[in-house]
Amino acid sequence: MRLTGSEVVVRSLVDQGVDVVFGYPGGAVLPIYDAIFQQNELRHILVRHEQAAVHAAEGYARSTGKVGVVLVTSGPGATNAVTGLTDALMDSIPVVCLTGQVPTHLIGNDAFQEADTVGITRPCTKHNYLVKDVDKLSYTISEAFYVARSGRPGPVVVDLPKDIVNEETNYEKLGKIEHRSYRPVTRAEPHAIKEAVSLLEGAERPIIYSGGGVINSGNRASKLLKKFAHETGFPVTNTLMGLGGFPGNDPQFIGMLGMHGTYEANMAMHDCDVMFAVGARFDDRVTGRLSDFAPTAKKIQIDIDRSSINKNVFVDIPLVGDVANVLEDIQAVWKQEKRSSNKKAVKSWWEQIDCWREVNCLKYEQSLNSIKPQYALQRLHEITKDLDVYITTEVGQHQMWAAQFFRFDEPRRWMTSGGLGTMGYGFPAATGVQIAHPNSLVIDIAGEASFLMNMQELSTVKQYRLPVKVFIINNEYMGMVRQWQEFFHGGRYAESYTDSLPDFVALAESYGMKGLRATKPDQVDDLIKEMIAHDGPVIADVQVEKMENVFPMIPAGAGHHEMKLGSDDNVPLRTEEGMVLV
Amino acid sequence: MSDVERHIIACIVDNESGVLARVVGLFSGRGYNIESLTVAVVDAERELSRITLLTSGTRMIVEQIRAQLGRLVPIHKVIDLTEDGPHVERELALLKVEGSGEKRVESLRIADIFRARAVDSTNESFVFEITGTTDKLDAFINLMRPLGLIEVVRTGVVGIARGAEAPVIAH
Repeated sequence: MRLTGSEVVVRSLVDQGVDVVFGYPGGAVLPIYDAIFQQNELRHILVRHEQAAVHAAEGYARSTGKVGVVLVTSGPGATNAVTGLTDALMDSIPVVCLTGQVPTHLIGNDAFQEADTVGITRPCTKHNYLVKDVDKLSYTISEAFYVARSGRPGPVVVDLPKDIVNEETNYEKLGKIEHRSYRPVTRAEPHAIKEAVSLLEGAERPIIYSGGGVINSGNRASKLLKKFAHETGFPVTNTLMGLGGFPGNDPQFIGMLGMHGTYEANMAMHDCDVMFAVGARFDDRVTGRLSDFAPTAKKIQIDIDRSSINKNVFVDIPLVGDVANVLEDIQAVWKQEKRSSNKKAVKSWWEQIDCWREVNCLKYEQSLNSIKPQYALQRLHEITKDLDVYITTEVGQHQMWAAQFFRFDEPRRWMTSGGLGTMGYGFPAATGVQIAHPNSLVIDIAGEASFLMNMQELSTVKQYRLPVKVFIINNEYMGMVRQWQEFFHGGRYAESYTDSLPDFVALAESYGMKGLRATKPDQVDDLIKEMIAHDGPVIADVQVEKMENVFPMIPAGAGHHEMKLGSDDNVPLRTEEGMVLV
Repeated sequence: MSDVERHIIACIVDNESGVLARVVGLFSGRGYNIESLTVAVVDAERELSRITLLTSGTRMIVEQIRAQLGRLVPIHKVIDLTEDGPHVERELALLKVEGSGEKRVESLRIADIFRARAVDSTNESFVFEITGTTDKLDAFINLMRPLGLIEVVRTGVVGIARGAEAPVIAH
């Protein structure tokens, strides 16, 4: 079949099973937009900024498990996408981003809207391509999808010069491609599996620490994790990225770990004798001070990316492979050799964990006059937990409270910017989630400062009638910045007050949406119910206590056992070592 | 555990544009050392090049370097010659030595001892070619310095494992 490069792009996407692409047109991609215009299989969602296109594709990808697709123009289109690409790289989200490029004969000439896209995106993508031959276009796109979704997923850029997409070529649908060099290991070595099984069997104070790898591996991984945890009776903690990978309401779930994780999860991490890391990468937000990280533990780690092993923390038994495959192999050996966990020791370990649980580390003081942010999120969770709900967040205090108070019973319900910590992620991500799940309730839990970073997407939401709910925890501060300034910089709140905020209700109404506001605790439930009941987009401005801090907290540079539980707790926050940490 | 080790790492890569930038960018982006770097096509038919890097770091860092290189898409194989066992390593240098009289004779005598060859000669200069290990080249260069050394060029280290086996590269 003779097709132009532009038609090949559209055809290849459709053949990859893509049904929606998030993008923004411009000079270099006009031929591709022309091809999109003349067909009905591929739907295009027009965002209002290219960063939002990538976040929307991320939201789409994370909530469905499919590859998210982005189409942007050359130069500023590509550079605007860089934040989103870096976000997807850090959080291992499969995204294919097609960028326009000036025609090949102008590359390097400082042409209008030219940028060295492959050069700029090389360190913020898993891989990237510049297509210089139209005959290789279709194969390159197939390869881009293969690379994006295989192994540890990530973003892939395909840069498309305008002359290439105008030329004609023969197009044939490609089957499954076999990559020349990139073939990730998906099954761990049998002897390592056996060693892991023996270590797990003998564990007296075990902990399963599972992360985003469980979600990326798929539902099978979640099921196998649950089965293994139930069979052994081991406690499970999740990373921020891993929430929902193990049911949040399971009695064996002891909450999120890390800087703002629960007391019980962090204490159990510190005191454990066997740590089973499942698709988690020992991020600095999780480990705290490395010299105090689980000092008595033998560590087992499953990761599909060999470079995640022994990067920050030395691991005794590395298991390089896909989480589901490795868990399956472990359970096969476990069953075949009739292994069983040390029930007696595990029971007394649970007694210890229950003591830590009794501290009730997420407690906060309720107030009659002002809305506590924790209360607003707790109510939001209570009222929505039995609904078909997807949650995205922005970045900051509200994100941590959401992670603490929401309990997700299944994977792919929670979309947050974990690695890069991108303010402005949640709203465009919510649009992507809503496109993928048109009949589900999609809520962006936002801070007012984060929301301002990508609120141009209100226009997108209006255009496609996406019933996204933006639940703003409005404290008029960049809350987490303010919290750190209070703790570490003598309360000098340099530039962290969000001055000159819009009237969010009026803002919503200016787009023909519903705007809601609550200023008192007794208005919170009504606001949430009205928000959910409304068949369309809503901005809910929940004006909360301004100076509330997120607790518990492992101060920067401290160990898991040095948590500060509240402002009246005497744990020192400021250490010289901690002051240089982010 | 935290002792710094010197490792020769070879990567078999697709000979495509940007692959060297990926490798170099990885090292600069993650703060690893490159002490020398050399690259050339080794299999024109299959369009494969071999990049040889001399790097240094703790065991944990070197393991990271191997793993990070291994996940670059166009890299077929990462070989740590230092880790894998006996290997031969060589470097080539060209030295320009200027002088006359006794110094000129002395430079020829030392070149002879080091089995360096004079590949260019004028009335007042030589260009010597020498191959060997990094240490041998360093020693030769140091000896030539007082004898009128005015320019040095080195290729960086290449290496190959001893014995009958070669790395298998999948098609």
